[in-house]
Amino acid sequence: MSGFFIRKEDCMKELSKLAYDLRRNTVRMIVEGKGGHIGGDMSVMEILVSLYHSQMNIRPANQNDPLRDKFVMSKGHSVEAYYAVLASKGFFDMEDVIANFSKFDSSYIGHPNNKLSGIEMNSGSLGHGLPVCVGMALAGKMNQQDYRVYTVMGDGELAEGSVWEGVMAGRQYKLDNLCAVVVRNRLQISGDTEKVMGHDDLHERFGSFGWHVIDVADGNDIDQLNRAFDEAKTIKGKPTVVIANTVKGKGSAIMENKANWHHKVPTKEETKQLFKDFEARKEAL
Amino acid sequence: MNKIPNRQAICEVLMEEAKKDRDITVLCSDSRGSASLAAFADEYPEQFVETGIAEQNLVSISAGLAKCGKKPFAASPACFLSTRSYEQCKVDVAYSDTNVKLIGISGGISYGALGMSHHSAQDIAAMSAVPNMRVYLPSDRFQAGELIRALLRDEKPAYVRVGRNAVEDIYDQINCPFELDQSNVLCEGSDAAIIACGEMVKPAYDAARLLAEQGMETTVIDMYCVKPLDREAIVKAAAAVKVVLTVEEHSIFGGLGSMVSQIVAEQCPKRVVNIALPDAPVVTGTSKQVFDHYGMNAEGIADKVKRLLAEQEA
Repeated sequence: MSGFFIRKEDCMKELSKLAYDLRRNTVRMIVEGKGGHIGGDMSVMEILVSLYHSQMNIRPANQNDPLRDKFVMSKGHSVEAYYAVLASKGFFDMEDVIANFSKFDSSYIGHPNNKLSGIEMNSGSLGHGLPVCVGMALAGKMNQQDYRVYTVMGDGELAEGSVWEGVMAGRQYKLDNLCAVVVRNRLQISGDTEKVMGHDDLHERFGSFGWHVIDVADGNDIDQLNRAFDEAKTIKGKPTVVIANTVKGKGSAIMENKANWHHKVPTKEETKQLFKDFEARKEAL
Repeated sequence: MNKIPNRQAICEVLMEEAKKDRDITVLCSDSRGSASLAAFADEYPEQFVETGIAEQNLVSISAGLAKCGKKPFAASPACFLSTRSYEQCKVDVAYSDTNVKLIGISGGISYGALGMSHHSAQDIAAMSAVPNMRVYLPSDRFQAGELIRALLRDEKPAYVRVGRNAVEDIYDQINCPFELDQSNVLCEGSDAAIIACGEMVKPAYDAARLLAEQGMETTVIDMYCVKPLDREAIVKAAAAVKVVLTVEEHSIFGGLGSMVSQIVAEQCPKRVVNIALPDAPVVTGTSKQVFDHYGMNAEGIADKVKRLLAEQEA
């Protein structure tokens, strides 16, 4: 899928298709492991595919290279999508993670485990990823290394005060090598984010903290995401946040925008329907 | 009379080593003055990171720096570092196994009359309960320096607690035996064993001298490493005496006393008495006044040993 002879549009299409294949693997993982944050997994999928397959300089061969790009999955509960994407990059075997996710004595824990190849930091408690990435980006500046640092946060996560400590520090140290992504799916475990702790002024809020803000109208569109990440690379003197408006449960009408699919194991019938819908969406691309 | 507090001794070692190793990075949360690290910040601005009054950020940023090859020392008052940023210590440092050295300054009741918000009487318990976190309380400035030199040689997480005020020397420049994860036996006797950590070691040692004048022989152990605890030294000392005492500037719950009691109960059952701070906000006063009030001084410790030995005789 890579190479100069492939047109950009075709490449985007392949990655969009890959996102649907990885959704299928994610659902299989959740069914096998008897648990998982399925709604968030579906909404974050294109973001992870874009970062890992288009943007970041990270692959198994360079995972110990100090100059590799760095990524922290702050939204650690979307670990199933993260595992699927890492497996698609060759960090571990897809069938192995599907068979062993959440099983007794497995390394595939229900939140990111940095004992696994390709994972920099353990996460799970929200509001940690951005401040950790501030440290990683700062180290890059101190060492004059030009790697980039990315973190993915949920929108509900932004209620954690520690996020804003990191936001302040990112600006203070002019970390233009840092890019945070907010998965703006507008749903958290208790329901509508705006009713739980509103973020409708997110753009202005990040802007007032001195960050460059990019809104992505469709955060499940690989092309739009790539354009945002490309723009972020051109911004100097301050960090960038990409607010990616996504659909929770993206991929099938039975789970889209439904808060009760935040953490759920689909039934046999639902799984069948999900796979059918993923195929149909893939075909329609 | 020593006037150099342990925190200053730490700064001196870091300044000396930072010259040779540009990865050594000191982070403070508006705490460079209290941590005696202002000189470091002035001398090595490129190796110093200020996070502002944001202890959670302090620890997470340290973890991120460590992940990228830096050797961060995060220094902040122990009361805030061990509670406000406890989860960052647990997840970003211990669980993620990052090479962050957490330096809790003005630990215990160093801040005296400033009250319970500024006291850290729970940090040993909190930090020790986190897997992959080591806990050190050096007893004097020479040992504090040796400890930092040793920690610079490894890449594992650690929490170090030091007090605010200068404490009398136990060791000296030449005679300061130190090995990570061990303890030092300062004197040996067959009547009682006093196991102390941090800045309570000096009064414990002085108590042993007072007791010796009255014919009682005491073992004193400087348990500078609280986790992993030197079990062998504890069992050996306990087996040879009539009663064991622990002394620490910490809550009576979950600290050195609790851990020593656990080991003695399991391996050589014997009476263990814990001298520590009460499960309550401590009385208002300077740290010396507070220690005197609770009998956490040489005389108080010696009296306790005498009473316990008398009870044993009876």
